[in-house]
Amino acid sequence: MFTYIIKRILYAIPILIGVNLITFILFFMVNSPDDMARAQLGAKQVTPQLILSWKEEKGYDKPLFFNSNVEGMKTVTDTLFVQESIKLFTFNFGYSDSNRDIGSDIQERMIPSLSIALPTFIISLITNISLSLLLVLFRGSTLDTSMMIIAVMIMSISGLFYIIAGQVLFSKMWHWVPISGYESGWGAIKFILLPVLIGVFSGIGSGVRWYRSIFLEQVNQDYVRTARAKGLSEVDVLFGHVLRNGMLPILTGVVVVIPILFMGSLIMESFFGIPGLGSYTIDAINAQDFAIVKAMVFLGSVLYILGLILTDISYTLFDPRIKLS
Amino acid sequence: MKLVFLWTDIMVWFLVISLLTWSWFIAKSPQVRKQWHTIFKSSIAMASSIVLLFYLLFTLLDSVHLRFSMELKESKKSELQYSDTVSLLDLILKHNIEHTERTYSAPFATSEYTSSIIVDEKGVIQKEYLPLKYVGKSDDIVSKSFTAITLGICISLTLIIIHLLWRKKRGFESELPWRTAYIISLLLITIFTWFYILSFDYHVLGTDKVGGDVLYQSLKSIRTGVLIGVLTTFIMLPVAILLGVSAGFFGGWIDDIIQYLYTTLSSIPGVLLIAAGVLSMQVIMDNNPTWFETTLERSDLRLLFLIFILGITSWTGLCRLLRAETLKISQIEFVTAAKAFGVSKFTIIRRHIIPNLMHIILISVVLDFSGLVLAEAVLSYVGVGVDPTMHSWGNMINQARLEMAREPMVWWSLFSAFIFMFILVLAANLLSDRIQTVLDPRNKK
Repeated sequence: MFTYIIKRILYAIPILIGVNLITFILFFMVNSPDDMARAQLGAKQVTPQLILSWKEEKGYDKPLFFNSNVEGMKTVTDTLFVQESIKLFTFNFGYSDSNRDIGSDIQERMIPSLSIALPTFIISLITNISLSLLLVLFRGSTLDTSMMIIAVMIMSISGLFYIIAGQVLFSKMWHWVPISGYESGWGAIKFILLPVLIGVFSGIGSGVRWYRSIFLEQVNQDYVRTARAKGLSEVDVLFGHVLRNGMLPILTGVVVVIPILFMGSLIMESFFGIPGLGSYTIDAINAQDFAIVKAMVFLGSVLYILGLILTDISYTLFDPRIKLS
Repeated sequence: MKLVFLWTDIMVWFLVISLLTWSWFIAKSPQVRKQWHTIFKSSIAMASSIVLLFYLLFTLLDSVHLRFSMELKESKKSELQYSDTVSLLDLILKHNIEHTERTYSAPFATSEYTSSIIVDEKGVIQKEYLPLKYVGKSDDIVSKSFTAITLGICISLTLIIIHLLWRKKRGFESELPWRTAYIISLLLITIFTWFYILSFDYHVLGTDKVGGDVLYQSLKSIRTGVLIGVLTTFIMLPVAILLGVSAGFFGGWIDDIIQYLYTTLSSIPGVLLIAAGVLSMQVIMDNNPTWFETTLERSDLRLLFLIFILGITSWTGLCRLLRAETLKISQIEFVTAAKAFGVSKFTIIRRHIIPNLMHIILISVVLDFSGLVLAEAVLSYVGVGVDPTMHSWGNMINQARLEMAREPMVWWSLFSAFIFMFILVLAANLLSDRIQTVLDPRNKK
């Protein structure tokens, strides 16, 4: 088990290098340091000296991939790519355009992001699974078919609509919760209530359909017939056998997203004015702050790979047939 | 007057032509015909495909661009809003472009939505709701609607009768739910004719902040939405098929490289990769202003880039599926037999592997379509979607966000964008459901 985890982590390194290469190409080759300097300094009084000093100050004055001015191994290591990669791999994200430490910004904003993402995730999981079990119990009935049609309709509506409609109804017309904002501590509850509700509701359509198809596949298996034959009630069959065996495919889809919850939701946070990582990213995209976007891309990939490793580990915990090797 | 081909126009027509050729080819096979026959036996599938065809018609109408010479423009004194390059749809809805009001007005309203402060001759300041410039003075909306609806019904009945005559020639024995098709077409055509005729005298869906007609905007947005949904899958399909099949079939180091490639790409959060791509693209476009002459060409190029970026980020899922399925098929006896007979690898892939992957490809194309249409709205909201000057549902929703905060609320822009989007996505989802039930071999009992 331990060696397996080490192996997986080692396997993650080339992937992270690949991710790093992609972001580097996007951010440094397409948008060269000279262009960045011009954009930052403003078009008016740009002189070659100014650009040079700006690049020196940011550490961008090295060649991209190959430094022909120095000897030996340094031709490869003393380059912008390697220097930037080392910084990212040590989670040293540097400073944003507005001269704030990105690393501490990220730490600060993780809590508000989680306070929305985590409740949404847990409540959706519970509602979706219980609703789909209910539909499987009544499979083929009018309830089942009509709920499936409703699920397709819920899926077909843009998430933006739920947010806007929710804000208008609950905040603007009925004044149940504040329209947007955030405060730390228990006072946050009134701010996160609506985003969580909307997040859960907008995911019900696709979620219920997915879980239902998983459970339906199990229901037709032989072991379920055996369970029925030995006289178990339909409810016992569902909870005792179908749910447990359905856990495995569910794990694949669910465990992967747990680490990414830290990244927050872009749309939700910016609509509700939550100072989390999602709105941080959106602001950075709008301000074209490449340093922040780069840091978030790297962080996102690290978390995703972590999710993949966690998925594999959770398999062994739930399914004794699978042995990690 | 001459025809102008934008990049996306060329692609969409190429796609339509190649799809028609493809369907002509596969229609020769009786099995495939039977499968599609089963798909359309469901009246839901029939209804949704009629709706999708309607959207496609608007897309194609909007994908033929004409450029008029300047003299014509001056002699007619008609200012077309954006540039001299207009599409066929613009010509059909020309009155809507020209009837630009000053500001917001509600659907079917005769006066502006917000009051303006007027100083009359005596110097008295008054608040007044100014009448709209391009709205018919007489209030004969009922009789006009009646004529329009009658006309709409007549047009659709004519079409239906033509189709019935064609069916009569081939014999009536068909299991397809033509009645549903007729009812849906009748509804769509009648509603469109009603809106169209009334749009000469009213703003059927109201006007936006700068007085632009919302119906026109919603209809123009159809092209953007459909294009993003269709062209993106069209671009990523060859990549996904090529890489997925070769990874599964050849194995070894080819498999390793391809797996590495898609794991790396898919480990970057989708929206962020798209955002990074779009931001870089903006820099490229700012550095190369010579690539486009007009704002229309600029926004078209941006749409094209966006489609490419979406394509790059979305092939990984399908590639993974195809690799797994190819691995599975390669183990089955008929492939082993073919190998033993010395059939070349290329022929095995073409004759045995690809036909068995068709259902996965088809299902994912239709499934992706609705996801991409919805994604466009989100991306435009984030600021990495289509050009802000381009008509799209995302841009409409983005503007409407501020309008909802107004008092009283301006709801019609948002409402129209959502209805148009909802119908398209719902139709695509329902059709993909049906295709999945029929084509997925796991559903066969």
